[in-house]
Amino acid sequence: MSNSLEPKPVSAPQLLADRFGLDVDALEATLGTALARRADFADLFFEHRAVHSLSLEEQLVKKAGQHVVQGVGVRVLAGEKTGYAFSDDVSSDSLRLAAENARAIASEASSSRAVDLRRATPRPSRDLYAVDSAALLPPLAERAALLSRIDREARAVDSRICNVMASIGVEERLVLIANSEGELVADRQPLVRLSITCLAEDGGRREQGTTGGGGRVAFSFLAGDEERAIRFAREAARQAIVNLDAEEAPAGEMTVVLGPGWPGVLLHEAVGHGLEGDFNRKGTSAFAKLMGERVASELCTVVDDGTIASRRGSLNVDDEGTPTQRNVLIEKGRLCGYLQDRLNARLMGVPATGNGRRESFMHYPLPRMTNTFMLAGEDAPEDILRSVDRGLYAVSFGGGQVDITNGRFVFSASEAYLIEGGKVGRPVKGATLIGNGPEVLKRISRVGSDLALDEGIGTCGKDGQSVPVGVGLPTLRIDGITVGGTQA
Amino acid sequence: MSAAATLDTPLLDEVLAAAKRAGATDADAVLAEWTSASAAVRLGEVETVKLSRERRLGVRCFAGRASAVASTADLDEGSVDRFVRDVADMAALVAPDPDAALPSPGELSPDAPDLGLADRASDSITPEERIERARRCEAAALSVDPRLTNSEGAEFGQSSGRISYASSAGFRGAYETTSYSLSASPVASENGGMQRDSWWDSSRALARLETPETVGRIAAERTLRRLGARKVPTQEVTIVFDPITAASLLRHLAGAVSGGALYRRSSFLLDRLGEEIASRAVTIIDDGRLAGGLASRPFDAEGVATRRTPVVVEGRLESYLLDTYAARRLGLATTGNAARSVGDVPAAAPTNLYLVAGPDSPEDIVASVDRGLYVTSLSGFGVNGVTGDYSRGAAGIWIEKGELTHAVEEVTIAGNLLRMFRDIEQVGSDLVFRASTSAPTVRIRRMTLAGS
Repeated sequence: MSNSLEPKPVSAPQLLADRFGLDVDALEATLGTALARRADFADLFFEHRAVHSLSLEEQLVKKAGQHVVQGVGVRVLAGEKTGYAFSDDVSSDSLRLAAENARAIASEASSSRAVDLRRATPRPSRDLYAVDSAALLPPLAERAALLSRIDREARAVDSRICNVMASIGVEERLVLIANSEGELVADRQPLVRLSITCLAEDGGRREQGTTGGGGRVAFSFLAGDEERAIRFAREAARQAIVNLDAEEAPAGEMTVVLGPGWPGVLLHEAVGHGLEGDFNRKGTSAFAKLMGERVASELCTVVDDGTIASRRGSLNVDDEGTPTQRNVLIEKGRLCGYLQDRLNARLMGVPATGNGRRESFMHYPLPRMTNTFMLAGEDAPEDILRSVDRGLYAVSFGGGQVDITNGRFVFSASEAYLIEGGKVGRPVKGATLIGNGPEVLKRISRVGSDLALDEGIGTCGKDGQSVPVGVGLPTLRIDGITVGGTQA
Repeated sequence: MSAAATLDTPLLDEVLAAAKRAGATDADAVLAEWTSASAAVRLGEVETVKLSRERRLGVRCFAGRASAVASTADLDEGSVDRFVRDVADMAALVAPDPDAALPSPGELSPDAPDLGLADRASDSITPEERIERARRCEAAALSVDPRLTNSEGAEFGQSSGRISYASSAGFRGAYETTSYSLSASPVASENGGMQRDSWWDSSRALARLETPETVGRIAAERTLRRLGARKVPTQEVTIVFDPITAASLLRHLAGAVSGGALYRRSSFLLDRLGEEIASRAVTIIDDGRLAGGLASRPFDAEGVATRRTPVVVEGRLESYLLDTYAARRLGLATTGNAARSVGDVPAAAPTNLYLVAGPDSPEDIVASVDRGLYVTSLSGFGVNGVTGDYSRGAAGIWIEKGELTHAVEEVTIAGNLLRMFRDIEQVGSDLVFRASTSAPTVRIRRMTLAGS
């Protein structure tokens, strides 16, 4: 991007008036209603989200869509209790009704507290994603032209590419948070995502390759000089072609080398979820009693950082208005931090870490990850591969999942190769890898110097709520994890 | 619900008229209105109370054979008119697709039979009653055994809604639904190890929902039997899927027989209509009109009548599940399986999909296995719908000489879905409709288990 990232914080009162037709008085009155019973905290979350989608398949730009979501959620906290009500109508009457419903969890009467939202709320002066609306969303014809080019470039890779499915989603999310501490903060969150799936067919065998990328960026991130979209298109096609030759994957415990970037989904599943404050407050996480303990080899330092400019998982403030920050979760193998929203931070007596996130106004916040990655080590990636006599080299993954209570996690490779005598050999079919979070990270014996963050396609699901996230990893070697292929 | 469920005619009529004014050659509109309420209790105390209501309009406009969709919650008169104009303008910019069109008038549902989808009598349940049901459910779970020391809580939820649909092909209809659900997730510990599992029920009628005590007790039993779990060695072995995990196999199959995957040539069941794709023990039905079914509806998302479609009969693939567009692409007729989220293009999806019960009790199936894994939980996304390749994390109980012995975790099971369906040796008698996809216990001859 050529534009410099000048701080352009959104004015909360202005947004309130322009987008929702309300003034600060109405918010103070609603918070007063919410606090009419004995409560610890109340907040209002206003959201306006416009999503523009366009997709291509079979060489035609077939689908265009436009979706506008707008509403407000009212939350009241009393002890460990949460009352939540939301409405897609943001009139004063709806706000009062929602506040009355949300406060039902607090039973004792109390004199209502007045909330003053006119004090200046400290917020980061930075803007991690200053993209104006025109740069975010070019005309439909321009987006359609890029999809058609993606189709041509992917097909040009190999004549066996028989279908290309590509879609571009461009989103602009405006949020405004007001709470009983007198904080009033607004943010404008752009998000661009391109996803591409190529299908290859050869003599009756069909395989696919999937890639994509994006972030909180201008559209030119995809289509501009760097031509990332074209690189993604060729990459999806290449992956589909590689998979045409993939053999059955091995089954059993073996040494695995993970490539840089998206394989960081390992960290997201193996440790990230287990360090979210809610599970640890409740004592239902396998990491619940391990603070300060060794949970990974000393080569491992893992951070969750919501402050990286333009990243899909980044936010100026989280969905409770707390500025995001860089949180070290594991330092040289020792567990040193949890991810917190306000409720769990208060109940555990620690500061909020800027990780309170929600899918939309229809959901209450939960402790969630932002961009989760491992810091680079010292080994050259080639040396790591050379160190393995027999094993699996996995470079691309689909999703993963974890049972936070027993710590068992899975993540599924979509492009992988056998390592034979220190060399990358034949491609094998996708397979699920399974391990135990607190144990597998202790078996990391080599960490590469090539830290990369993913291209910007990750979405994390928890309790039915999806939020955009990022992951990252340098090349690393795990001395033993179970690979779920078919060749026993 | 009744056929006479009030259709929000003025709004949908206005939308269709606005589309015509804006130059759209055809249009359809869906209005979804929902209210929902839930209460969650953890360790005996109220944890979360949630209330919501939503009203959303989805519109599709055609410019000849090109179309666009959009959705909004802003239903003011002036806003709707502007919104529809935007959709019509957008449609004019999209490439024409020769098969994109509304269903022909002859395909539209002539009526909207009452399928027993709404239990209005229970709509007035109070917030205190919701909390009480969740509390009873969790208490029942935690009282089963002293090793149940913690909890992720129990939750009671209910929702009621109305779907109205109108199209310029001449269809107007509406139906109402309610649903009630209850779940519990207790946590058990023993010798430093911790395990969690859960159980739930959901139903369109409150009276048919399992009692809080039953849901809690089953959740406790499922959690306790995971204690002491360990890895087993890598081997090829017989796999028995319990009803919950067996239903997931049907969902993978449903993806492969649905129109979108077929016309995109990304299904492992492409070009297999009429072939043996499963063992003779397998008959799979999709029934959009199952009385009180969680996925039942009188008409689909394009106004086509829903129906009972045998998908697989004694192993033979008899029918795909299609919407209008996919049907035209494949040279077939729609099966009334169009589904859509409010703002999206309709696409084929299963309704109530189930594996017809077989003759054997689940106990007899387990007793017939010499060595194998009884799977109670699956994790991860290692299923490739294009190739049918299957590799997922699994947990369950080891079977040795017909007996359930110790709990197993941190293993994967792998194979290929086509091979797995052909290797189904036994189908249990224990079919219960608890979700939109349902199956009884299933025994598969052999899969690769990866462990230690």
